[in-house]
Amino acid sequence: MAQADISIKPTELQGGHGHPDKWKWYDYFTFNVDHKVIGIQYLVTSFLFYLVGGFMAVLMRTELATPNSDFLSPELYNAFLTNHGTIMIFLWIVPAAIGGFGNFLIPLMIGARDMAFPKLNAIAFWLNPPAGAVLAASFFLGGGAQSGWTSYPPLSEITANLPQTLWCVALIMVGTSSILGSVNFLVTIWKMRVPSMAWDQMPLFCWAMVATSVLALFATPVLAAAMVLLLFDINFGTSFFKPDAGGNVVVYQHLFWFYSHPAVYLMILPIFGIMSEVIPVHARKPIFGYKAIAYSSLTICLVGLFVWVHHMFTSGTAPWMRIFFTISTLIVAVPTGIKIFSWVATLWGGKIRYTTAMLFAVGLLSMFVFGGLSGVTLGAAPFDIHVHDTYYVVGHFHYVLYGGSVFGIYSGIYHWFPKITGRMLNEPLGKVHFVLTFIGTILTFTPMHNLGMQGMPRRVAMYDPQFAHLNQLVTVGAYILAVSVIPFYFNVIWSWMKGKEAGPNPWNAMTMEWTTDSPPIIENWEVLPVLTHGPYAYGMERSDEVGPAGEPLPASRS
Amino acid sequence: MQGAIDSTPVVTGHEVAAHEEHQDLRVLGLITFLASEFLMFAGFFAVFLVFRGSHVQWPPEETEVELLLPAVNTLILVSSSWVINLGTKAIKKNDLAGMRKWFGITAAMGAIFLAGQVYEYMNLGYGLKTNLFSNCFYLTTGFHGAHVFIGLVLILGVLWRSRRANHYTDITHTGPEMAEIYWHFVDVVWIVLFSLIYLLTLI
Repeated sequence: MAQADISIKPTELQGGHGHPDKWKWYDYFTFNVDHKVIGIQYLVTSFLFYLVGGFMAVLMRTELATPNSDFLSPELYNAFLTNHGTIMIFLWIVPAAIGGFGNFLIPLMIGARDMAFPKLNAIAFWLNPPAGAVLAASFFLGGGAQSGWTSYPPLSEITANLPQTLWCVALIMVGTSSILGSVNFLVTIWKMRVPSMAWDQMPLFCWAMVATSVLALFATPVLAAAMVLLLFDINFGTSFFKPDAGGNVVVYQHLFWFYSHPAVYLMILPIFGIMSEVIPVHARKPIFGYKAIAYSSLTICLVGLFVWVHHMFTSGTAPWMRIFFTISTLIVAVPTGIKIFSWVATLWGGKIRYTTAMLFAVGLLSMFVFGGLSGVTLGAAPFDIHVHDTYYVVGHFHYVLYGGSVFGIYSGIYHWFPKITGRMLNEPLGKVHFVLTFIGTILTFTPMHNLGMQGMPRRVAMYDPQFAHLNQLVTVGAYILAVSVIPFYFNVIWSWMKGKEAGPNPWNAMTMEWTTDSPPIIENWEVLPVLTHGPYAYGMERSDEVGPAGEPLPASRS
Repeated sequence: MQGAIDSTPVVTGHEVAAHEEHQDLRVLGLITFLASEFLMFAGFFAVFLVFRGSHVQWPPEETEVELLLPAVNTLILVSSSWVINLGTKAIKKNDLAGMRKWFGITAAMGAIFLAGQVYEYMNLGYGLKTNLFSNCFYLTTGFHGAHVFIGLVLILGVLWRSRRANHYTDITHTGPEMAEIYWHFVDVVWIVLFSLIYLLTLI
């Protein structure tokens, strides 16, 4: 391993090789190959897209506050519906959780100076802003794609063809970005750890990113195939998904869900990694069940590739397939439950500091249990057939995506903001943000379950007046969520400029990224660190001699 | 730290990644990427198989495939995988002329394959829009053809760069190696594709 010989060279010095010790502000707007810059670029752009997608959601909820369609035109409502989903998934959660945290943290956590392929990394990021621009352009060239974020044919082939084409192109771009990023993460984690770090001494976030990357690597190209076929159908006169010419619309659903079901694990596995980092630090305890958490990520990755048909129980799926996919779907709850159990066990008897990062992590635990359980009910074919395409489904996935992924991203931001910027976030303001978010999430997404059980269909702008009261409650919740981002964005911008200096390790954490300056210098360390203790060795009498789960560190590992 | 005197060359993360010493990482990255790309073809093949299974006559009468020319083409492409391997074997023995010869032959074989494919397209008598089979046929073979073209560009790029003195030696040969891996990938995809689309019509 040639790179290992180089990286342990102790005489390495900074500043002698032609680039500066610190980036200037404008470096963050250029094609920069530093993984920290790319991580920040991912985070900032995704947080901008979060505002765009959230704005669409607020407009839709305003429309849905009354049973009649009187605020948005039907076309515009459909376009917001489609692009809200697309932006939130592909341009907010995935780039923030995978691109942002993954790029910023992985090299720092494993003691590398950069990712394995820095230029590829920058290319992967720079596919995202144009994808967002293409989606935005589709609004001005025919009113935006209008067939929902799933874009099922034949609907997607008969509505607004040009915007639908642009939508496909945008998805292919973010998909390519995701594949290139995954290649980079896998090779980096595989080959660029400091020589003293064995696989089972790696922080759990890196394990989560391994699972995420494998999943993205195998699932994303299938979505690309679906997009290409749809593009050909719309623009070049083929008939893959045109039943009157022998095509088959269900084939599209298979291809689409083969990616888009694993995509929910793409959005939650990095969050599980963030949870596994935040909880032990703020509970001052070694993580409970290191290996269980690590392997359960890989199990979710594996099983997650065999569950996609549970989105298609009502698409004419054969009964034997329903049985198989019901069982495989329910099995996913097992490794997820192992993780939840391990985090609760880590909290048990810990010396918990209720920082905002910890509040969001604990909030996530409760939210995710609720959302996960409604997912288990949906995974069972008989119940799913009853509530399919109702607001029950909408409530479920928003519980896991907002209460899970978004809470996790917030938690990670509060935890690593000092490392990223060198300054602390304001804690009281953070707590205001947390309370608003928590109340808003419950108020917005819980009544949706009731609406769904009563039969309110999703994806519609008009509904029966009997649902009006619950819908008003949901809309009020959505407004609270909209307001909740104000203290957060204000906090981030203000603290980035004027916040309290953080110092290298404000939380007294044990993982390797806290051993360098905040923000880290350009090559991360002047002299690469040597692993002396596991990432979660809290409260040990001689913390420098124990491994991640508290066991003594073997004399030589490499 | 600025201006510290240090006689040993400083190696940084940025240089490391683009540096010849890190051939193992680049090859690994390419293989990981190709594993991913294979899944895209797998998606197309799955679609093809579903349609094949759900139609009584497949391919339909007016759109039957030509068999002789693609068979010859397959022979050329499959054997070019051996040829390109001879090329990388040569450079590993520091035989630059040998590498250039074998890579040149591979490029010629790839070009013949592409020309054969274009000739086939022009003489089949049906187009992309004719029916579902022709949709699948042109899409899968076309996508594969695009990949052959990319592989051809990679090989020509290696040949172009090999003009520089000592650019490829028995120690630094990541470029030829990666071109070879990509070419094998194109080949493997073609074998699956040929079996599915051409050979299965015989049954």
